[in-house]
This record gives sequence, structure tokens and C-alpha cells, in this order.
Amino acid sequence: MDPIHQFQITNLLTFGHIGGYEIAFTNSALFMLIALAVIAALTIGATSSRALVPGRMQSVAEMSYEFVADTLRSSAGSEGMKFFPLVFSLFMFILAVNVIGIIPYMFTVTSHIIITASLALLVFVIVYGYGFWKNGLRFLRLFAPSGIPIILMPLIVFIEVMSHLSRPLSHSLRLFANMLAGHITLKVFGGFVVMLGGLGFLGSLVAILPLGMTVALTALELLVAFLQAYVFAVLTCVYLNDAIHPGH
Amino acid sequence: MADKDRADDARKAGRDPPSADEAALSARLRDLGERLGRHHPDRPPDSEPRPTADPSAIARGFRLSTELVAGVLVGAGIGWLLDRWLGSSPLGMIVFLLLGFVAGVLNVMRAAGVVQPNRLDPPDRRP
Repeated sequence: MDPIHQFQITNLLTFGHIGGYEIAFTNSALFMLIALAVIAALTIGATSSRALVPGRMQSVAEMSYEFVADTLRSSAGSEGMKFFPLVFSLFMFILAVNVIGIIPYMFTVTSHIIITASLALLVFVIVYGYGFWKNGLRFLRLFAPSGIPIILMPLIVFIEVMSHLSRPLSHSLRLFANMLAGHITLKVFGGFVVMLGGLGFLGSLVAILPLGMTVALTALELLVAFLQAYVFAVLTCVYLNDAIHPGH
Repeated sequence: MADKDRADDARKAGRDPPSADEAALSARLRDLGERLGRHHPDRPPDSEPRPTADPSAIARGFRLSTELVAGVLVGAGIGWLLDRWLGSSPLGMIVFLLLGFVAGVLNVMRAAGVVQPNRLDPPDRRP
């Protein structure tokens, strides 16, 4: 009945201790591997026949490729296609993990901020690393807009730097908060059904209301699961665009 | 009274042929649409309505919801850290919380497309 219990990390296999920390294979890692297996089955398995007229699974794999490629091309240009492996991996991983999390008794990997924060920091490091590598110190002028009076400059630079620093935070917080809140809401409404069902006949009648809510919320969660993966991929493209085309 | 009669007639006939003032109204509407189209050449005069379940529109909504919070949180974090290192207890928090709020508002305005994103080249040197 505890709505938080579903996010509990349990150790399935302990390998040992490094610096006082337990190194273990957790249920989170297990579900990441399951997501990986699903993606591999979709992208490698379904396209292995290489049919000219794609079958059902092959066309799903081709559609996901087209979708991510279109998103990347429209927001970062065709030069951004060199980052296609990164964006496609992020999109497919988050989508698979989110959708698997909706299935009852499954663990939602993205409901832990450490996972979403490391994904967002990966994007952050790649974007700014590539920006400095490609543009050199000229990239620093991204923080100092032109045409600002010299007195205001320190203030504006501070605000710009903070605006850029808040990117990985909002990037990770959005995915984490949406998944966490959605799953807690689902669990709470599910708990209402059980509690009301225990109150006899009248309770069971009233329990239909939260049950309907649970069904509706599951559909909403499916939409959110896809949309959050999409938002994460789109924002990765937008940030990459800053590093690739700082000039226009 | 005449209006009521006409309404009754229309209800009986199901639909009536467009009257003179209705034709004039639609002509004026078309004219207005064309003039607006001249002012906004990027918008075609009768573009198809965007579907409400447009993923990019919902995505933009999701994006806006966290941008402000993230700016304020980063400001509060920097202020707290500075206070801890320099011992300037309430000052750093106050200043950086305000700066973080400004950065958050800037984030939201950029995400909404109200403010142009900052670019390296000034607009007049753009190709």
C-alpha cells in the first residue's frame, strides 16, 4: 500500500566493496538490462531480415530511426547528424525504460534522479566539451551578449552562466519528476480501490471511481512516457545546436 | 419579430441560402484574411488547424514547467555554497536567489521563443 515502496532499490547480487560502498547488481540495473534487450531485439532482431517491404517490427524500428533523425535534423541541422547515435540511444533508452515501468510489478529506472541526472550531465559535458573543442575560447562569448553596456556586463554574464547551469538541472528534473509523480499517483489511486473494496458492498460501488481514474491515468502515463523521452531528445538536440552552430 | 420569423424558417428548411449580408460578411472576412496574410507572409492565410495532440506543443509545455524552477534552484544552490564557504550568511543566498530567479525567467522566455537565444555573432553580421 505504500506508494513509495515501488521505488525501493534492492541488491540482487553483491560483487564486493570499494571504498566503503557496496558494489551490487540492483533491480534498477536489471531493468536497464531488460530495456537494453528490448531495444536490441527491436533494432537488431527486427531488421535482420532486411526486407525491402518491411514487416511489422521492422517498420517500427525504421519509424523510430526516421523520427529521431527528423527531430535532430530540424533542430540541429544536418551537421548535427554526427550526434545521431547519442540522441537515438538516449531516446530509445528513456522510452524503453519508461514504457517498461508502466507494466505492473516493473521497476521504473527513470524515477531515480541519479539516473536522469547522469544522463543530463552526459549531455551537458558533451555539448560544452564539443562547443569549446570546436569554437575554442570564442565559445565563451555565448555568455556575453553583444551590445550590452559595460556596467551591466558582470550582471548579465552572471545571469547567463546561471541560465546555462540550470540546463542540466531542468533537463534531469523534468524526466525524474514526471515519472515519479505519475507512478505515485497511479499507486495512490490503486490503493484507494483496495481500501474501498474492503469496506463491504457500498465501498465496492464507490471503488469504481478510483478504478476508472487508474485506467485513465495509465493511458496518460503511456503518453507521458513517450513525451518525456521525446522532450529529452529534443532538448538534447537544441543544446547540441548551440555547440554546433554558435554563429547563426 | 422579423428575426424570429427568419430563424423559424431556417429551422424548418434545415439550411437557407446565404443571404446578402452573409455574403458581404464572408467577402469582408476573406479580404481581412488576405490583408493579414500580407502582414504575416510566413503564415499561409488558410493553414490547416494544428492538431491538439501535437507532440511538440505538449513537449513545449513540459519544457516550460521546469525551466523557472531549475533557475531558482541553481541560484539557491550557488548562494548556499557561497555562504558556507565565505560565511556571508544571508547575503549570498539573497543575491543569488534573486539572480537565479532572473535566470529562470530568462530560461522560460527563451523556451517560449519570446527572447532570441544568445548567439556568438551580432544579428547584423549574420549571413
